[in-house]
Amino acid sequence: MIELIFPTILSCITAFFVVFLTTPPLIKFLKKRNLAVKDMNKKEDVMVVRPGGPSIIAGIIVSEIILYAFLQMNEILAIIITTTAAFTIGYVDDRKVMGGWFKPVALAIAAIPIIVFGAYDSDLAFPIFGTVQIPVLYLALIIFMIPITGNTINSIDVLNGVASGFMVIASFSLSICLLIVQNYEIAIVSLPLGFVSLAFYKYHKIPSKIFPGDSGALTLGAMYGAIAIVGGVEIIAAVALLPAVINSFLFLSSVKRIVEHRQVKGKPVDHTDDFRLKATDDKTAPVTLVRLILAGGSLSEKQVGHAIFKLAIFSGILAVITAFMMGVSF
Amino acid sequence: MKSGLFGFLFAMWILIIAGGGIVVTLLGPISISGFGELDWFISSIIKAIIAIVLVVIWILILSKLKNMIFRKEIKS
Repeated sequence: MIELIFPTILSCITAFFVVFLTTPPLIKFLKKRNLAVKDMNKKEDVMVVRPGGPSIIAGIIVSEIILYAFLQMNEILAIIITTTAAFTIGYVDDRKVMGGWFKPVALAIAAIPIIVFGAYDSDLAFPIFGTVQIPVLYLALIIFMIPITGNTINSIDVLNGVASGFMVIASFSLSICLLIVQNYEIAIVSLPLGFVSLAFYKYHKIPSKIFPGDSGALTLGAMYGAIAIVGGVEIIAAVALLPAVINSFLFLSSVKRIVEHRQVKGKPVDHTDDFRLKATDDKTAPVTLVRLILAGGSLSEKQVGHAIFKLAIFSGILAVITAFMMGVSF
Repeated sequence: MKSGLFGFLFAMWILIIAGGGIVVTLLGPISISGFGELDWFISSIIKAIIAIVLVVIWILILSKLKNMIFRKEIKS
């Protein structure tokens, strides 16, 4: 255990500072190239650069390589390759608008390294009731998990700071859960995700200086999914991600097909005269988490973000309870 | 509004735990014999079909729950 302390500290510091130090030059570079989009939730014409994915993936790759140098685990290689593939898919989507099916299909392919490296255990663990062996079904679960977590994080990237702030809460909750179920090595491997998200949140929080873009959001989501699989904590990870899962579920159950957000005609959320967010009455618009939060009345962008973080903390607590329940059996 | 969302989150969590119980007690013991080397494959197919049915039921329950919780919330 003690020999793990040094690589843990080194990888966490590296993860944080690589993102913290590379994001400002990335912002300058993107500004120079005029790669900016309008922040739709600001009254003035505020332009924000994107994507922040390159600094996020740099932080993840460097910190995980440090951990690989110490731990020599195939699981780390699988996480690095799957996450890098997800970043590439997101970056392609950032630069060129792709169809609604591109990301789910490409992310399913990105999950293959986890299978190739054998970085999984086909026993699916449930709280209280124990485990179930599903060797073939589990392969399908791996293929589905990465597109689900990737797109789920991407779908909540709708307000300043929400995607990165949500990932800080969800990933640290997952790390705590991995410690509770005594999977110490994967808990250490998961920590850089929280520190990378935390460093990026510094620039992404309201008012955003940079947006993560698809490359950033898919990188964070895919790494989260990969950790859940290699750590054997798929159910716990799903619980910690519930607010984002709800958002995707509400969206899909109202739109009833896999479609890009930009292809949806109806507006779920509009602005009041003082530019607070309010839910619309548009019946053609999809139901989303933000729209439901606003159903009680208009709120500022910051207040909606805080409401989402409160939901994330609540599901993080449920995830920790679930992790404790893994050790309980009838 | 937010209390409805917290309630929906909690309901989803309960459904996940209950669903896990059903999966372990229903899918776990399934084993097929008499098909030689195909035993594991056939049992996997059966498990997969049952799992898909369970997921569909789970989504239907969730949809009903969503309508129940949020219709009331939006009206308030």
